[in-house]
Amino acid sequence: MTEKMGTTGLILKEKLLWERGKTGREGFSFPRQDVDQTPMDPEFARDDLDIPDLSEVDVIRHFTRLSTWNFGVDTGMYPLGSCTMKYNPKTNERQASLPGFAGAHPLLPESLSQGALELMYNLERYLAEITGMDAVSLQPAAGAHGELAGMLLIYAYHKSKGNQRHKIIIPDTAHGTNPASAALCGYTPVPVKSNERGVLSTEDIAAVMDDDTAGIMVTNPNTLGLFEENMKEVADIVHAKGGLVYGDGANMNAVMGIIDMKEIGIDVLHLNLHKTFSTPHGGGGPGSGPVCVNKILEPFLPVPRVEKKDGKFRLQYNRPDAIGRLMTFHGHFGIMVRAYSYILSMGPDGLKKASQLAVLNANYIKEKLKDIYHLPFDRPCMHECVFSDKHQSGNKVSTLDIAKRLLDYGFHPPTVYFPLVVSGAIMIEPTETECKDDIDQFIQAMRDIAGEAKENPELLHKSPEKTKVSRLDEAAAARKPCLAG
Amino acid sequence: MRYLPHTDEEISEMLGVVGAESLDDLFSTVPTNCCCRLPIDLPEALSEWDLNRHMDELSGNMAVSPDYKVFMGAGSYDHFIPASNTYVRSRSEFVTSYTPYQPEMSQGTLQGIYEYQTLAARLMGMDVATASHYDGATALTEALLMAIRKTRKQKVAVSRLVHPLHREVIKTYFGPTGFEIIELPAGPDGRTDLSAIDGLDDIAAVAIQSPNFFGCIEDLKIAAEKAGAQKALFITSFTEAIAYGLLKSPGSLGAEIVAGDGQSLGLPRSFGGPGLGMLGSKSKYVRSLPGRLVGRATDVNGKDGFVLTLSTREQHIRREKATSNICSNNSLCALSAAIYMATLGGSGLRRLAEMNHQKAEYLKNELKKAGMTIPFSAKTFNEFVVKFPDGFKSSYDRLLEKKIVAGLPLASYYPELADHYLLCATETASREDMDMLVREVTV
Repeated sequence: MTEKMGTTGLILKEKLLWERGKTGREGFSFPRQDVDQTPMDPEFARDDLDIPDLSEVDVIRHFTRLSTWNFGVDTGMYPLGSCTMKYNPKTNERQASLPGFAGAHPLLPESLSQGALELMYNLERYLAEITGMDAVSLQPAAGAHGELAGMLLIYAYHKSKGNQRHKIIIPDTAHGTNPASAALCGYTPVPVKSNERGVLSTEDIAAVMDDDTAGIMVTNPNTLGLFEENMKEVADIVHAKGGLVYGDGANMNAVMGIIDMKEIGIDVLHLNLHKTFSTPHGGGGPGSGPVCVNKILEPFLPVPRVEKKDGKFRLQYNRPDAIGRLMTFHGHFGIMVRAYSYILSMGPDGLKKASQLAVLNANYIKEKLKDIYHLPFDRPCMHECVFSDKHQSGNKVSTLDIAKRLLDYGFHPPTVYFPLVVSGAIMIEPTETECKDDIDQFIQAMRDIAGEAKENPELLHKSPEKTKVSRLDEAAAARKPCLAG
Repeated sequence: MRYLPHTDEEISEMLGVVGAESLDDLFSTVPTNCCCRLPIDLPEALSEWDLNRHMDELSGNMAVSPDYKVFMGAGSYDHFIPASNTYVRSRSEFVTSYTPYQPEMSQGTLQGIYEYQTLAARLMGMDVATASHYDGATALTEALLMAIRKTRKQKVAVSRLVHPLHREVIKTYFGPTGFEIIELPAGPDGRTDLSAIDGLDDIAAVAIQSPNFFGCIEDLKIAAEKAGAQKALFITSFTEAIAYGLLKSPGSLGAEIVAGDGQSLGLPRSFGGPGLGMLGSKSKYVRSLPGRLVGRATDVNGKDGFVLTLSTREQHIRREKATSNICSNNSLCALSAAIYMATLGGSGLRRLAEMNHQKAEYLKNELKKAGMTIPFSAKTFNEFVVKFPDGFKSSYDRLLEKKIVAGLPLASYYPELADHYLLCATETASREDMDMLVREVTV
């Protein structure tokens, strides 16, 4: 057995914030009081704000200790399927924190915000070019918000035709956000199964597509990591009945510079800047979910739109067909700066190479593990591969046990139990930024764990043992929720 | 390329394992009718050095402090952010981790968000707060949708003095649903005309922002009573979270759901985002809340820890029946807000809020003394409306050239308010700068 990455170190306990501190401590430097003290009318003032007083050292030590209980991409390999946990370049952080960007008020007159508007204008053009689509709005705040934008666009399109539809086709491999976003527009999801090859079949789509169906939501490459090989035919069927094709671009990292999304029949596509375009996930966000469309849907894009006229950038509000506004201001501008910085650092060849290497890494892992883990669809994959616990379940070892054991080995586990179509799914997305050495180490860890599953399943049931806490009782937590201290 | 670690030898070796001839060959399963794209036409890659130069140039083309004096709030506020906050929130363990789906190696994020939920709930006077939403507008919209689900009624009453851009977002979300928005009018003192609530039939919720878009502090107690009389849920919202360092919390005045933007809690304005959608409720509504929640839990050895909880409300389990479609939220912003609130403490938040109030009162009084009209009589927090002399637009433009942004012109949001401007002064506005503004507008 090889030496494991995971080891134990000194981890410090840390109390809850309000168990620290003393009334009267302060961690903030107040400016000089240079105006008269006009007290607030006591009728309006509160006297019940129970937030602890801490010194600057208290705050720094508290949150630094908390941070040591976390694992990030900077710590190690994070092969979380469908999440594209690639390296987050540090220069991007520098650019987003430039005072001219970080300090800018969103409602500044256009003449005083040309830099930000130019960046947004350029980023829209770049994303259109990368996806092959015609126009982009950067407003959606995250992937699910981009999906909602896409659904609202499709709704607006059908409404403009005077013939609203009520259903939408969603494959069983879709992310849960797809049906939830469609439901916000009142569309009833019509599920379709993927076929024995793990992709959509044209017959199944033809059987459900009718003139009360607004369209289809397709993730391509899909969540099994497979390219939807009938994509163009599926799109033709949907278009022939007057429907539109929505593309979930969560997996765009596999196909930059390789697939033209408009060409394969997609009418509207969302991107996750916090996946494909390297912006950090921040422990759950903020992300950014631009929506890219073809010419047909362009008039419906959210307002305001960034325009260029006579060399000047401006915001256009006067668009009668627009679906409206999705956020208070222009979206997550700070995230856009990071994505823009990434695209310019990579250039066209770098982006294509990133996709190629993401696919190479995933296929390499697939080949190196398929003799030992069950691979439900044994075909060349895109940027991720999906195994199951079928070969281990005989020893009463589940996907969850394998995932938890990986923690002790010093790896973040893959996505587990998704997609739902594979029972006990283990979904591995290494991304292009993992080097061969680290991937080999991960493969070895997975192989060692498979060995342990046979010889000492109890070891897996008890894992993780090296983390700050072991397995937590989630059922009890939900039965009697304690959500605030 | 420095983010792509593969050497040519490694690539050949790995291709050999995969059984592919070349990198292009990896895409052989893509049918030819899908694989026809031309090379992407983008600028060639920039070195880090050149990128810095380009970004410095773009960001230099923006009007920001200290070069410019920007007396503008309207949902995005200039507050001082301590270096300690920026430093600790930038720790890569927080920044480069995913949603804490594996709690054993995410306890830092989980405890941090639990602490945020606690401090946010206390600030708003709620029993619980969610782990975050995108911004104030989407949080308020989700609150209204929640009230509609809960009451099974199809109409909501929203004050005209809720941030106009928040109201636009509500309209966008409601577009396909058929839900109706009834607008509560503004009264002459700059607060919502609450009498309009009387007699409203069959409404799911009443939503009032306080301090409202004009900076005026609303009478939430009366509004809560009136909403209760119509059996509607009472929702309040805010855009300036600092106000609640000083003002009675919405929860203590009868709000059942509170939504707002937490950008003021230590987040840079960043041209409008990312901010922080804050959403809290009384405990009886907790299972109807949209978005993630962190709760306490115990591990198999009896140790305390934290997990994502009540996830059966969420899209990855409930799919189309979920309480929201939200997945990624603004977690790092929530953590930043917790760090900021901890840095100030209860005493510091109070002191900071008082200072904001005093600065704005000073500016308001000086403008009044200089002959400007303050059209609304209601008490305000750190922003207020001024009616400048007719045709002030040319003076406004002249001031822009002097690097002063004299507030936000209101006419495009409220057509009846020509020559009215919304001005803001926070703790960052010095007396000197405010005196200069007064001098310049009276030239």
